Amino acid sequence: MTKVIGILALQGAIEVHKKHIEALGAKALYVKREEDLDSIDALILPGGESSTMLKLINVFDMTDAIVKRLKEIPLLGICAGCILLAREVKQPEQFSFNMIDIEVTRNGYGTQQDSHEAQINGYDVTFIRAPIISKIGENVEILASHRDHPVWVKQGNVTVATFHPELNTQAPSPMHTQLFNLI
Amino acid sequence: MTKENFGTYKLKTGLAEMLKGGVIMDVVTAEQAKIAQEAGAIAVMALERVPSDIRKEGGVARMSPPELIEEVKGAVSIPVMAKCRIGHFAEAQILEELGVDYIDESEVLTPADDEYHINKHDFKTPFVCGATNLGEALRRIGEGAAMIRTKGEPGTGNIVEAVRHLRTVNAGIREIVNAPYDELMTIAKNHGAPYDVIRRVKEEGRLPVPNFSAGGIATPADAVLAMQLGAEAVFVGSGIFKSENPLKFAKAIVEAVARFDDPKAVLEASRGLPAAMTGLEISKIPQEELMAPRGW
Repeated sequence: MTKVIGILALQGAIEVHKKHIEALGAKALYVKREEDLDSIDALILPGGESSTMLKLINVFDMTDAIVKRLKEIPLLGICAGCILLAREVKQPEQFSFNMIDIEVTRNGYGTQQDSHEAQINGYDVTFIRAPIISKIGENVEILASHRDHPVWVKQGNVTVATFHPELNTQAPSPMHTQLFNLI
Repeated sequence: MTKENFGTYKLKTGLAEMLKGGVIMDVVTAEQAKIAQEAGAIAVMALERVPSDIRKEGGVARMSPPELIEEVKGAVSIPVMAKCRIGHFAEAQILEELGVDYIDESEVLTPADDEYHINKHDFKTPFVCGATNLGEALRRIGEGAAMIRTKGEPGTGNIVEAVRHLRTVNAGIREIVNAPYDELMTIAKNHGAPYDVIRRVKEEGRLPVPNFSAGGIATPADAVLAMQLGAEAVFVGSGIFKSENPLKFAKAIVEAVARFDDPKAVLEASRGLPAAMTGLEISKIPQEELMAPRGW
């Protein structure tokens, strides 16, 4: 059976994940509604504006369904998605789903002028108004660090990255492959 | 440590990718910026006067005062954009110094140069520029714009020009996609567009940068019309803070844009709204007061 990887499709950089998912031989599904959550084997929470996504989840009354499904399947949170999955969010404080034991500081590097390209484990990625993982719990495994902070971490079925692997056209990215292998 | 690069074109278009599916709102005070963020805006555009007031009051419209932009930056955590006049690279340098996340070289302000636009490759800050047709969009991309927004006619609350510009850009893209390679140079000549960017349109089947829509969006349905015509996000200027209940109006537009392909959701978002801004008939605007034709 072809595996289905969902992308939470309320706002943000959604379509760019498709080529990475398809390069893994999986099918991409844009998750816009509660019922879409039933047909996926893993979920990507993409980059975008975390405060906007939270408001949309709330207005569309999807909070309960998302929380339930997040506990059941492998997850990859990218940038804004990392913020949504964290235990705690700073600067400013905001609600998060507490799926991984990390504290995240929003816009940790500064404004767009501090956005930068770098390499993570030999793969070209971009940090775009990226958050910083400011604290991690003892059960969280660090998969990569950058400028003295963990930037790609894993706890159980949940992985998060503060940077964007999806904007690299060389597919699949190591981060998508990692998610796929957790299914 | 591996090498880091700043201000690259990939980072500039990358931020535009992150803004897709969202609503960028014009604000003139820090208080309005907070309301916009509360409503779910993905970014705010800090300016001194919204287009409908510029239209009403006349005079030369310039970059906002630095203090206003700093206040707005201090009030919200979402990206902050600001406008400079067409060709006014000194204003753009000030905006870069202020650390805004995006610079809009905008026809809403009075042009500073009636022949040339800013060389946007000179800046680390990404630029968005307006366009009324494909050639104009591709000239701006050639100059370094990392995002295009179709212009519409700002400050009118009338969507007709935005629709025309979206359809015109789309028609231009279809022409290129359907043309064989040996016709591309003549097409480039006819559109007044750089050949290498025309080739990228042919290869990618779309504009090489995100394409948003602006100018005249006054209701959730207007925003949805732009999205269904291919806009990847929308700018709303006078439409929100010239309505009777800005927070409610802003929320409704954000919800409608997120589910633009679902008429049931758009209907829900459109219910119970106060009056939209009063619109303007385009043909009643004196020719010299139109903003969309500004741009070369």
